[in-house]
Parts: sequence; structure tokens; C-alpha cells
Amino acid sequence: MMTLRFVATRLATLVITVFVSSLAIYGAMFLTPGDPATLLVGGSRSPDPEVLARIHREYHLDDPFIQGYWHWLSSCLQGDFGRSLVFRDSVADLIGARVGSTLALVGYAAVLVLTAGTVIGTMAALRGGRVEAFATALTAGAMAVPTFVMSVLLIWLFAVRLPWFPVYGSGEGFAGTISHLTLPAVALALTWIGYVAQVTRTAVRAELRAEHVETARGRGVPERIVIRRHVLHNASGPVFAVSGVGIAGLIATAAIAEQAFGTGGLGALMIDAAAKQDMAVVQAVSLLFVVVFVVINTTVDLISAALDPRLATREGAV
Amino acid sequence: MTTASFPRTIRRLPGVKRPAGRRRRDGVLLGAGCVVGLFVLLAALGPLLAPHDPNAVDPLNVNSASSSAHLLGTDDTGRDILSRVIVGARASLAAPAVIVAVSTTLGTLLALAAAWFGGWLDRFVTGVLDVVFGFPGLIMAVLVAAVFGAGLVAPIVALSIAYLPLFTRVVRAAAVKERNLPYISALLLLGASTSRIWLRHLLPNLLPLVLVQATIGFGYALIDVAAISFLGLGSRPPDPEWGLMVANGAPSILAGHPQPALFAGLAILVVVVAFNLLGTGLSRRLLGDRT
Amino acid sequence: MTTPAPLLEIDALGLDLAVEGAPRTVVHRADLAIPAGEAVALVGESGSGKSLTARAVLRLLPAGARLRGDMRFAGESVPEMAAERLRGFRAADVAMVFQDPRAHINPARSVGDFLVEGLTTTRGISRTEAVAKVTAILREVGIPDADRRLRQRPHELSGGLLQRVMIAAALAAEPRLLLADEPTTALDVTTQEEVMAIIAEARAARGLAMLFITHDLELAAAVCGRVVVMYAGSTVEELPAAELRAGAAHPYTRALLASRPPVGDRDARLRSIAGRPLSGFEVPAGCAFADRCPRARDRCRHETPLPRTAAGSAAACHYPYTAVEEADSHA
Repeated sequence: MMTLRFVATRLATLVITVFVSSLAIYGAMFLTPGDPATLLVGGSRSPDPEVLARIHREYHLDDPFIQGYWHWLSSCLQGDFGRSLVFRDSVADLIGARVGSTLALVGYAAVLVLTAGTVIGTMAALRGGRVEAFATALTAGAMAVPTFVMSVLLIWLFAVRLPWFPVYGSGEGFAGTISHLTLPAVALALTWIGYVAQVTRTAVRAELRAEHVETARGRGVPERIVIRRHVLHNASGPVFAVSGVGIAGLIATAAIAEQAFGTGGLGALMIDAAAKQDMAVVQAVSLLFVVVFVVINTTVDLISAALDPRLATREGAV
Repeated sequence: MTTASFPRTIRRLPGVKRPAGRRRRDGVLLGAGCVVGLFVLLAALGPLLAPHDPNAVDPLNVNSASSSAHLLGTDDTGRDILSRVIVGARASLAAPAVIVAVSTTLGTLLALAAAWFGGWLDRFVTGVLDVVFGFPGLIMAVLVAAVFGAGLVAPIVALSIAYLPLFTRVVRAAAVKERNLPYISALLLLGASTSRIWLRHLLPNLLPLVLVQATIGFGYALIDVAAISFLGLGSRPPDPEWGLMVANGAPSILAGHPQPALFAGLAILVVVVAFNLLGTGLSRRLLGDRT
Repeated sequence: MTTPAPLLEIDALGLDLAVEGAPRTVVHRADLAIPAGEAVALVGESGSGKSLTARAVLRLLPAGARLRGDMRFAGESVPEMAAERLRGFRAADVAMVFQDPRAHINPARSVGDFLVEGLTTTRGISRTEAVAKVTAILREVGIPDADRRLRQRPHELSGGLLQRVMIAAALAAEPRLLLADEPTTALDVTTQEEVMAIIAEARAARGLAMLFITHDLELAAAVCGRVVVMYAGSTVEELPAAELRAGAAHPYTRALLASRPPVGDRDARLRSIAGRPLSGFEVPAGCAFADRCPRARDRCRHETPLPRTAAGSAAACHYPYTAVEEADSHA
């Protein structure tokens, strides 16, 4: 009963968040001191009045706000994100051409976060001593270096000093893609690897000291099984939760790595469009990012609650 | 029973020697405070302290290595990197300072109101903040930049809003706890006015927490603002701002001149780490955190 | 000569823990012996080192802990056991029941997983066989609906029920010695009695020896044949439970007795012990109890008393009470 309510609350929050975000994304356009239509032709300073008039009609800018919003949202839901006058293409096509690149980058970085983060954190906690101190310092460092600084550092170290990786572009074929995406994925992932590693280390350490682990050891259960069934199994909850937050975070910051390495993806498209004040593209891409971000966060919450029913009841009771 | 001799080892009284860990942590806190202080000083007095005009180009002396005239060398137009890093402190620290000031002030007020009045107001504030939390700060900043054009207005507005949920949640939780303490009920029974309780009791007791949150939040805000400048949506060239310097220095890296980008990046890193250590150190000191 | 070797013999046990890298002595000297099938109580205040002594029997100690002295189980030295033998010892010879079953049973796994784990991982018994075995033991400890309970998570069971599960898990290992670390302290009063009764029945049915850790002197004397009193990291007195009231020789034991109302005597005044109890690591030179002891003299503050055996009892005191002084101590 409690669980059902928990799921319902979470899904309702999801829908409300997406709704309010879409309202903000659409409404932001009207904050401009001038004619919002100028943002849709790409911020050029002397737009053709005829074009502006057409934009007004196409985007229902002269209708009441809610009507214009509803028109925009329903078009978006049908996959029609309008046309970019800057890029001279339909926004849907612009997105379609880049979504693969971003997915590959985020997917690659997510694999790095999940494997490196959990392995480093687990090893640090289990080995203790110097290994732990070293890993803790390393992960703290990884968390403190901003993604864009890490990007230029990696370019300098592994593309200029040591010519191991190509610098710019997205490459062709699987091997080409991997070699072009490695540095961006590492730059993007490092902050979250550090974060996941620290949470993993703390969780594993806490479980290592847990009384129920003492019980298992006191019964002569082999250490290997104690670690797997009790320590790692119990630590997996918080590790999973923070990994999910991390993967959502990768999506939110993918733009920085894409821009730094010129891999060209949705994030780079959004930045480019924002710089050229091409609102139709910015609106569509940011809506997409927010939806994916919120859906991942909600999914992680729901799975966490399913793994540990105490979470759902605790929150449901509040 | 046996007559094995009683071990006469280690019978010292506790608390005689302070643990070394404690003293080391105090040293870290002091060091971080000094670094933060130094950079605040640079932000205030940067133009007076810089050895060169940060925007003076020197076409005959581009990408020079470290020398007595240019301690950190020059960039691709011959500008002195050290001067640009020093003068850049102001632009780089001012925007995060505004963001943290706005979002902590607003967040503390929201948190106090939510905790004090409870009921629908509390649920409304919490709900709205949950929604805001679902909107990544960077994407919000890009959206606002698209409307207002590049500049520091967009990141300041967007990040002030994006950081609100983080501050408010923490302070609200503490405020709810504080509000439910018996002394507050006692004050109310004694007829103390709400404003008096807020100003004399609630706010002073929550202030250390707010301070710690602001210190830690500052580092994150600095990273986000610099990232937006790096993306070309924040500070405009030729302003010396660290994020922008990293972006502008990136092409030189391929030609084997990483100094402009790396020194600007290093400045960001040092300030972020200093604020982080200061924040965790203060939290240990002021709030007794043992994490 | 004629007395058989005890099942467990703890001989001048000392224990140092590493606190922030520096060793800290938490047990100075513990001596006790448990004959096969007998129950011995280890009584002391919190911080006296009684729980750590029990854990030391299983060598269940935090990293960096150092043991001194010797412990022999059926003549075999526990500190000298190699890793593989130690596992076997923990799995088959000695079982422990902990104070807080909610913390000591993995909350993320089912009750069934907890119960059968000891058998399947150390005996090579199949899960089905293990389930059959623990089902029978659960019935014995008063849990008839084993099928349902095995599928439940620990947080769905009450504290009393969970402690029965813990006892069942201990019994399933068919040990020769049960270490019970305040098994009833975390439970409410009526449940406490039930749990003690279950332990007593199981012991009787199996001829199981027990080391019973408690802070409750009366309970100790009611449950066990012999009582060992521990103070600030040292065992200070050992005597038969029947002689506790009349024959206690150590001033600390007497003080503990005086601080509890005698059963049935409602008018007796409670007397608290002056000063505060010390932990093992705080102990100054000399006798640990000297600062709170009414009989302390100069010698007590310089010279650590060693246990002295007399007629089946032992006390570590320079100036012990004699039976004649009984009236005096109750004045």
C-alpha cells in the first residue's frame, strides 16, 4: 500500500516537474526586453519585418500565452520542434543528427562511472591503509577539477604531449568513435567517478563495520562470502542511487565536454544555438535534457525503493 | 588460577596527548582560510597588484615562457598571464559571490518561513523546490543566456535559482528541528513576538549552518560560472576571467603552449579546493560534524 | 588433579585496541574457566570489558587489536589457531548470541537466508536440508510458522522474535559453548523472561556450556552456576553463584550487591557506589577500584592485586572481605 503511494507520488512529481519546466522553457522567451520573435529568427539585429510577422503567426506569439504554450508543447509532443532559421533545418532533424553522438558519449562516460567509481571505492574500503588514503586523495582531486579544465588538461597530456588520442571530431566506425570519444568521456566522467568512488568507499566501510557482518564472521562464514553477501550486497543500495544521480549529471554537463572536444552533439548544438540566440533549438534541446534528467532520477529512486523497501516506507511516512 | 605476571604496559591516562589528526585538521582549516583570504584580496585589489596591464598585447612577445618580466609567461597575443590571472580574480569570484549571497539569503528566508508556518506553505515551498531541483543549473543558464545574450546576467540569475533548493533543503531541515525545541515554545508562551524569536534565536542558531553551506556552495558556483564563460555564454573577451581564459587558451595548447589555459585552470582548482576545505573545516568546527 | 580440564579456559587475557593508531588497553587481565555443560556469568558495568572478553573468545576483534595471555578451548589454544581452523572453530564449536538482534542480523536479507547461511557455507549442507533443520529448531524456540518467517525480512519481526531467530541460528551450528552477550537487554521485560527460558531449555537438552555476559548480578546468579565479576578491564572476583550474597570477598562485588535491593526487602536502602565507573583504558597504577573503595590503603594505589584463590573462589584484592564481615558490609 505504502509502496504504491510512493510510486504514485514519484510519478506525479515527475509529471509536474516536466510540466513546470516546459512552462519555464517556453516562458523564458518572453523575458526578452524586445520582441520574442527576434529570438526565433536567431537574434539577428535587423530582422526582416515580413519574417517576423510570419514567425508571430507560426509560433502563435500574438495569441494568449497559454494558447501559444499549449500549441508549442503539443507540437513538441508530436515530434515537431519547429524550424531553425539559423541552421536552416527543422529542429527535429538537427536533434536527430546529433542524438547518437551524445548518447555514445554519455553511455561511454556512464560505463566509466559505474565501473571505475565502484571498483575504486570498493578496493579502497576493502584494502584500507595506504591504498585507501591514495584513492581518497585521488577521488577528491577528481571531484575538484571542473570538467572543462580537465578537458584541456587531457588534450594537452594525451593528445599533444603524448599523441595517443585524436584531439577533435567524432571519428568514424566503432574503433574511430571509441578513440575519439575516450578523452571527452573521461573528462566528463571523472567528477562523477570521484563522487561514486567516495560514496562507495563510505558505504562499504560502513558495512564492513556493521554488526551483522560481525555476526557472519563470528559464525565462521568464509570471508569471501561475507564480503559478497553482506558487505557488497548491502552497500549496493546507496552506490546504485548515487550512480543514477551521476548518470543524470553526465547528461546535464555533456555540453561542456562536447564543446571542449568539438565532438558535436546535442549539448554543443544547444550552446551554439544559445550563442546565436536561436531559441527554437535551445527550447527543444533543453526540454529533451530536462525530461531525460528527470526520468533517470525518478527511475533510480523507484529502483532504489524496490531494492530496499524501508526507503519507500520511510519517505511515505513523512 | 595461574601466577603469570601482570603486564605493566601502557597505563597512561587518556587525553594526555591530543590526537595528531585533530591538529592536522586545524592546520588545513587555517591554510584554506589563508588561500581564500589571498584570493579575496586579489579580487579587491587585483588591478593594483598586477605587474602588467592584463589587456596589453605585445605582438613581439607571444607565447613566451616564464621570465623575470612575465613570471607565468605570456599568451598568444603577448598578454601577461600572471596579470590576467590576478585581475581575473574579481570577475571570477564576483559572480559566484552574488549567486551564493542571493540563494542563501532567499533560501534561508524560505526555509524559515516553511519551517515556522508549516502546513500548506511548507508543502508548497518544498514542492516548488523539488521541481526546480529537477532542472539542471547549467541548462537553465544556457536557456537564460539564449534570451538575454552572453554575459554574466544569465548565469547569475539562472544559478541563483538553481542553487536555491540545495540551500533551502538543508536549512529547512535544521530550522524544523530548531523550531520544535522546547525553548521556542517557552518563548512563545512568554509572549515573545515572532520577529523577535526569528532575529534573536532562530537566525543566530542557524547562521553557522548557512555560513558552512555558503562556503561549500561558493566552490560549486565558481565552477559553474567559469564553465558558462568557457562555453562562450558568460564573460566576454577580452575580459580576463578564468573560465574564458581556459577557453581562449585551448587553441594554443595544440601549438604546444598550454600555459594560459593551465594557469587559469589551476587558479580555479586552487580556489575551489580552498573553499571546499574551508567549508568542511568550518562545518567540523561550527557544527561538530564528524564526517 | 581429579578435576577434568575445563571446556574453555581464559588465562590472564589482555586486549589492546588501536585507537587513532595508538594502542589502548581495554582488558588488563581476565581469568575464567567454563567446565563442559556449565554456565558461567561474566558480570560488569558497561565499559568493563566483558563484551570484548566474550568476543576475544571468537577472536572477533577490530583490526589492530592485540591479544595477550592464553585461551584454550578443549585444550586447544585459540590465539594460535590458523585462519582455517579458526573458521571451523567459529562455525562448529562456539556460537554467539548478540545483544541487539536487529543490528546483528543483515536487514537486507531474509530471515531464512540468515538462518541457513551458517550451515550452507560452512558444512556443505544443501539449502533444503538446512531449511528442514532450522525449521525444527525454530519450532523448538517457539516459532511455529517457520515457512512464513523464513521468507520475511528482519524488519518485519519483533525484537523478541528476532532474538529467538538469533538463538535458533546459534543452536543450528550445534556448538559446545554458547556465548550470550546480554541477550535480553534490548528486549522488554516479559520477552526477557521468555528468551532466558528458551536458552535454559536448549542448554538442558543439549548439555551446552554457556558464557553469559550481563550487567545484572541477580540475573547472573539465577541463571549460572558460577559468577565472574569484571571491573575496569580486569576480572576481580570469581565465585559460585550460591555464595554470592554471603561469600563475596571483593569490595566491588559487595558494593554491587549493596546497590541492588535484596529481593522481598522493600525497605532496604539502595546504596550507590561513590565515584564513577572506569573503563579499562582509564585505569591508573595499582588497583582499579582503589579510588572508590572504602577499604583502600596506600598499597592499593601502587600495587596491582593479583587474583588469589581460596576454596573454590578467587578475588583480586589486597584486603578482601571475609565471611565474618558480612554483617559489617550490610550495616
